[in-house]
Amino acid sequence: MKRLFALVIAGLLPLLGGCEMVVFQPQGPAARSITELINWSIWWMLLVVVVVFALFAYIVWKYRDRPERQGEEPPEEHGSTVLEIVWTVIPILIVIALTIPTVRTLYDLEKPPKGYENEKPLVIHVTSADWKWIFSYPEQNIETVNYVNIPANRLVLFKMTSASTMQSFWVPALAGQKYTMNKMETELYVVADRPGSYEGRNTNFNGRGYAHMQFEVLAQTPQEFEKWVQEVKQTAPKLTKEKYEQLLLPTHLGRLTFVDTHLQWVNHADPHSKTYTNPELYRGHGYQGKIFIREDNYKNSSTCNDEEQKALESDSGGEHHGH
Amino acid sequence: MGIKWNEIFVGGDPLLVGSQIAIVLTVVAIVVGLTYFKKWGWLWREWLTTVDHKKIGIMYILSGVLMFFRGGIDGLLMKAQTARPEMNFLDAQHYNEIFTTHGVIMILFMAMPFLIGLMNVVVPLQIGARDVAFPQLNALSFWLFFSGAMLFNISFVVGGSPDAGWTSYFPLAGKEFSPGIGNNYYAIALQIAGLGTLMTGINFIVTILKMRAPGMTLMKMPMFTWTTLITSIIIVAAFPIFTVALALMTFDRLYGTHFFTLSSGGSDMLWANLFWLWGHPEVYIVILPAFGIFSEVIATFSRKTLFGYTSMVVSIVGIAFLSMIVWVHHFYTMDAGPAVNSFFSITTMLIAVPTGVKIFNWLFTMRKGRIQFTTAMLWALAFVPNFVIGGVTGVMLAMAAADYQYHNTLFLVAHFHYVLIPGVVFAVFAGLYYWWPKMFGFMLNEKLGKYHFWLFVIGFNVTFMPMFFLGLKGAVRRAYTYSAESGFAPLFLVSAIGSIILAIGFAVFCYNIYWSFRYAKRNVSHDPWDARTLEWMTASPVQFYNFAVVPEVKQLDAFWHMKKRGETLTLKESDIKKIHMPSNSGLPFYMAVVFGITGFFLVFEAHIAAAVAAIGIVIGLVIRSFDYNDGYYVSVDEIKRTERTWRNVEGGTENHVG
Repeated sequence: MKRLFALVIAGLLPLLGGCEMVVFQPQGPAARSITELINWSIWWMLLVVVVVFALFAYIVWKYRDRPERQGEEPPEEHGSTVLEIVWTVIPILIVIALTIPTVRTLYDLEKPPKGYENEKPLVIHVTSADWKWIFSYPEQNIETVNYVNIPANRLVLFKMTSASTMQSFWVPALAGQKYTMNKMETELYVVADRPGSYEGRNTNFNGRGYAHMQFEVLAQTPQEFEKWVQEVKQTAPKLTKEKYEQLLLPTHLGRLTFVDTHLQWVNHADPHSKTYTNPELYRGHGYQGKIFIREDNYKNSSTCNDEEQKALESDSGGEHHGH
Repeated sequence: MGIKWNEIFVGGDPLLVGSQIAIVLTVVAIVVGLTYFKKWGWLWREWLTTVDHKKIGIMYILSGVLMFFRGGIDGLLMKAQTARPEMNFLDAQHYNEIFTTHGVIMILFMAMPFLIGLMNVVVPLQIGARDVAFPQLNALSFWLFFSGAMLFNISFVVGGSPDAGWTSYFPLAGKEFSPGIGNNYYAIALQIAGLGTLMTGINFIVTILKMRAPGMTLMKMPMFTWTTLITSIIIVAAFPIFTVALALMTFDRLYGTHFFTLSSGGSDMLWANLFWLWGHPEVYIVILPAFGIFSEVIATFSRKTLFGYTSMVVSIVGIAFLSMIVWVHHFYTMDAGPAVNSFFSITTMLIAVPTGVKIFNWLFTMRKGRIQFTTAMLWALAFVPNFVIGGVTGVMLAMAAADYQYHNTLFLVAHFHYVLIPGVVFAVFAGLYYWWPKMFGFMLNEKLGKYHFWLFVIGFNVTFMPMFFLGLKGAVRRAYTYSAESGFAPLFLVSAIGSIILAIGFAVFCYNIYWSFRYAKRNVSHDPWDARTLEWMTASPVQFYNFAVVPEVKQLDAFWHMKKRGETLTLKESDIKKIHMPSNSGLPFYMAVVFGITGFFLVFEAHIAAAVAAIGIVIGLVIRSFDYNDGYYVSVDEIKRTERTWRNVEGGTENHVG
């Protein structure tokens, strides 16, 4: 079995040779610290694999049944306290060796990377929707869809939320992933070492359009970035409320660029924000069930006048937060 | 009744229409066959109404084989779709449905019934009992499970499959994003099957605690019985959480509550927590009995007692405890903060400690032994290295910071297949080859068994090893396709080829069952493996009352030491007394039918029809409350006759190993 196993591995190697593993080619300090942690764990795990495989091969070979052992009676043996303590303590030591850097990395990833502690970050709001990524630059007053330009070597803080399903923001070359959730805000510090284009995508399954929910992170030199901002301001159309609601429909979109951000109407991270769902648009094949529309849906706010809105709220009877 | 009957069949896709035709033809063939061979009465008396733990176990195993087939087809379709980039074999919706049903079916309707089936067949025999503590409840467990499984399985042709993943994460699985009734099947069918599992848990706890043969203290129990006990305790601890979560999901989807919705203050994170509070223990519910099976098989074929029995017991208790406090590792990326993630990293990595203890104990059981390479033992041997790969990658995933790069990628998918296939599926095969003669009185063919073994193990590695690397290259799970530029294509193709080898291996197993059923020698001994535990002391196949006289246990591996002392086949006929046995009952089957009908109406949101059907459930409960049938006695004469038949032919039987 071992030989066949080795053959399988050997057969796979040429397939791996030509291709690159993004997790091992970090392009920013956040991703790099994770890669270092992974490399550290791989050495320990290889050690475990080698020891167990060797012991396994040795024991199975040495104590296999052979014709001349016919009738031989193996000894009664109930255990060995010393050995059992040994193989309890060694794994505990390995766990400790892995825990310390894990915890350290966990805390580090929540802070700006080393060397960028005192820098004021460029804040970009990330809003995931079905099935696209929306990036808002409040400072620059720009909004982009399915691509995000950042200056290289500068601290970027992504403030992430979702307008719909639970999704996961992942740019493996730059940083580990984090979920985006409606009425919730998650934060991610990212620095790109140098200009370049990096792939990002959603990793958390969210229906029909999931496979294509990708975006590009383009790291530019500060001058290029500034130039791009100015260009957008001069050429891009203005984002209107109607246009924004259209963006949120469950569709695939290419790259889009706007002046103004949707944050002026709604921040989906706000726990009291309206819910932007429309179940009718998710009707698929198969038998259809009953759907329920809630009073905090954005549709209601645009169709109801104020009195109806109040009536709805008193009907619901429950606690309703700030309007 | 509120159902648009003309709309319930899912049509359009040639694959689906083909399946619908195949299902109709199969049902017709079964009905015609049963009628032609006049087997309806036999089916009803011997199987549908049985309360015999061995027959119930066999029905569980048969369901497991069927569901393995269904889940396997789902897997093959996924592999076909991803074999090349930008394939159009399945569309996104179809692919989403298939990976959802693949996951649900493989965990809940394949792994669970296989293991519960083996527990049913083996545990009462191992502890020297005549049946489980509550035989009729046991039948109800099976029939509820079966009812739920069938309800879930018709979804893809009737009404539409669930399509939100086996984790069914909200808000996606809610009405806001999935207005079709597919996910109602998830909520209702799993609820019905889960009730059955919960009852099994209670039943086995009582059976093992109260019905052991005289002299068998807890620390003299065979390891499979120990793992079954601990598994049952986890079932009783964890399944109610799932029951509640599914009930809340049902309210959300059917009645418009908002526990998990986006709107009106629901929390999608609540679902993730409740799901994994059950879901992670569930992983250990399927892995612990498998550990028990390996312990029995490795001890028997090394011809040595299990090394470090006490530390094995402590390990499974430790694993069971830790399994309840690691659930957050399924969503480190939810941003609960570094302190929470650190805590759950540590608890998760700690599971490696008791698991490592078990691996070394198994290795040292084989050391100084005389290892016999039977098919059952080959599965146990292959388990060790393959499971170690699953284990070390599990530790890598446990490190929360590193998980930010593995989460939801194929690295994770490869990891859990490396844990669940060697850990559970290899164990089930080991258990089936090992206990088959005990169940049926003939062996599975060893030569075909070895073809099955090699094809399956090689196919498994070729399928899932590339997925580790795909994950590190950035390929995510559940994506129905990928671009040609991604560079994923060669590894996906290798993986698809592996899945075909895997499938051929399973086909050989099915053929082996058929071949052995037709041609295998029937004069197999009651103890063909020269084994160690009590189930091998009685006839193969086991007579319905299990033991003519309940054996007395003096130490661990009781049967082995009885053989040493030469006291196995001596049965003093004067010791035989009449035996009390439970009567058959049609009630569990009836309950499955009414639960199935009620569930079906609920799935289609026909609330009044469901309420009417649910009256049938109450009627069943009432009938059961007035059931005064206390069972019957087997006469001493009948026992003597039965015992003489198998004990007399003993001289002319074949032992397989010596």
